[in-house]
Amino acid sequence: MEYRLTTPLQKEDIGKLKAGDIVYLSGTIFTARDEAHARILEMYQEKEELPFDLEGSVIYHCGPLMKEDEGKWEVVAAGPTTSARMSKMTPKLLEIHEVRAFVGKGGMDNVTDAMENKAVYLAFTGGCAALAAISIEKVNTVHWLDLGMPEAVWELEVNEFGPLVVGIDSHNNDLFLEVSKKAKAAYSKLE
Amino acid sequence: MSNPIERDTVVSAVVDILREAETILPQDVVDALKKAASKETSPVAGEQLEAILKNIEIAGNRKVPICQDTGILIFFVELGRKALLDFSLEDAILEGVRIATESIPLRPNAVDPISRSNSGNNIGTGIPDIKYELTEGSSIKITVAPKGAGSENMSAIKMFNPTEKDMIRNFVLETVLNAGGKPCPPIIVGVGIGGSFDKAARLAKSALLENVEDMNEEELSLLEDINSLGIGPMGLGGKTTALAVHIKKAHCHTASLPVAVNIQCWANRHSSVTLGGDE
Repeated sequence: MEYRLTTPLQKEDIGKLKAGDIVYLSGTIFTARDEAHARILEMYQEKEELPFDLEGSVIYHCGPLMKEDEGKWEVVAAGPTTSARMSKMTPKLLEIHEVRAFVGKGGMDNVTDAMENKAVYLAFTGGCAALAAISIEKVNTVHWLDLGMPEAVWELEVNEFGPLVVGIDSHNNDLFLEVSKKAKAAYSKLE
Repeated sequence: MSNPIERDTVVSAVVDILREAETILPQDVVDALKKAASKETSPVAGEQLEAILKNIEIAGNRKVPICQDTGILIFFVELGRKALLDFSLEDAILEGVRIATESIPLRPNAVDPISRSNSGNNIGTGIPDIKYELTEGSSIKITVAPKGAGSENMSAIKMFNPTEKDMIRNFVLETVLNAGGKPCPPIIVGVGIGGSFDKAARLAKSALLENVEDMNEEELSLLEDINSLGIGPMGLGGKTTALAVHIKKAHCHTASLPVAVNIQCWANRHSSVTLGGDE
């Protein structure tokens, strides 16, 4: 099945998605990778308020390449980064903020329980930074630029961003895990 | 007699090869991706390869980097022993990197390993990595290979016992298996066998520069095994997990058997220039 979804995402939006479905996203998305995840969790611990609203949000595992022209930021290239690096921090993040979808590449480890009835993982083709950039219409703002260009949180307006493959749905199905199990079985036959 | 090489020539050549490497994928890699796309029967796998081919076209047309991870920059310099230079070659390469970072632009990726503070210009202690090799003649050949972290992080090195040579194949397959979809398959696998701890890694890395289609029987057979795992493009299943395997060997200590596996994503970026030469 193919779906077109607009942010903020509702529980019903993601509830219908099954691993292997295709999604195109429109609306606001936030980039966040290692350092931003760590800071979000730290701020929660310190009882500080985030400068952006994650309720119903989409987090894009991406460290974009941006260009500043007379104080205005433009996206040059913005493909997904390896999501597995954020696996450990994701269950806690889902506990404290209602993030509805993560977009990235390569899949995540041990997050299906945390995502159950809450969130989905959408895979964008790794390395396709120019393709991603043409569906990003606007840079709304940037938070935490002190972390450096790739690690900052970029608030982006996207239109028909995709195709995204539902890699992990909210019903405990993980397409990457299925492929990995089959690959392990194939490997044991080669040994 | 050989011609002296000017500093400015080196600086602008470095900017040019960086621009080419970051925005245009070598034709042999594009051809291999097209061939893979025609063979895939799973719709998800086919879609991933179509997205990759579309991305390559957009990057070329818009002259923007293929991937936002413009990598850390690795230079291979073949320095002719009769080349005439009266400036610091390293400074000229760094100057080219500084200019290219702003003008292409490139993402600033070089950070201190512990404080993680970003230098902002892709230059730092020991970065870019420049490998020199002395050659005959009076020309300098400079190759740049930007290396992204997604695939680099999935690479591995192991010091085997000399009697364990039968385990090399398993080690390569296990490295690819553990990497799954993380290094952006279809990947290119560089294998370095022998040398020393560091030389094996260098052999594996330089193997990535070879034409993807030039494979011997040993490499083809390993490629077949890798693709039989069914990891597929982006780890979503399919026939194409790797486009090529290249193995490089060196003699090693009689008590040693180092093996390195350097994984490269589908964006196997590199570009070269030759400067100077005999009159």
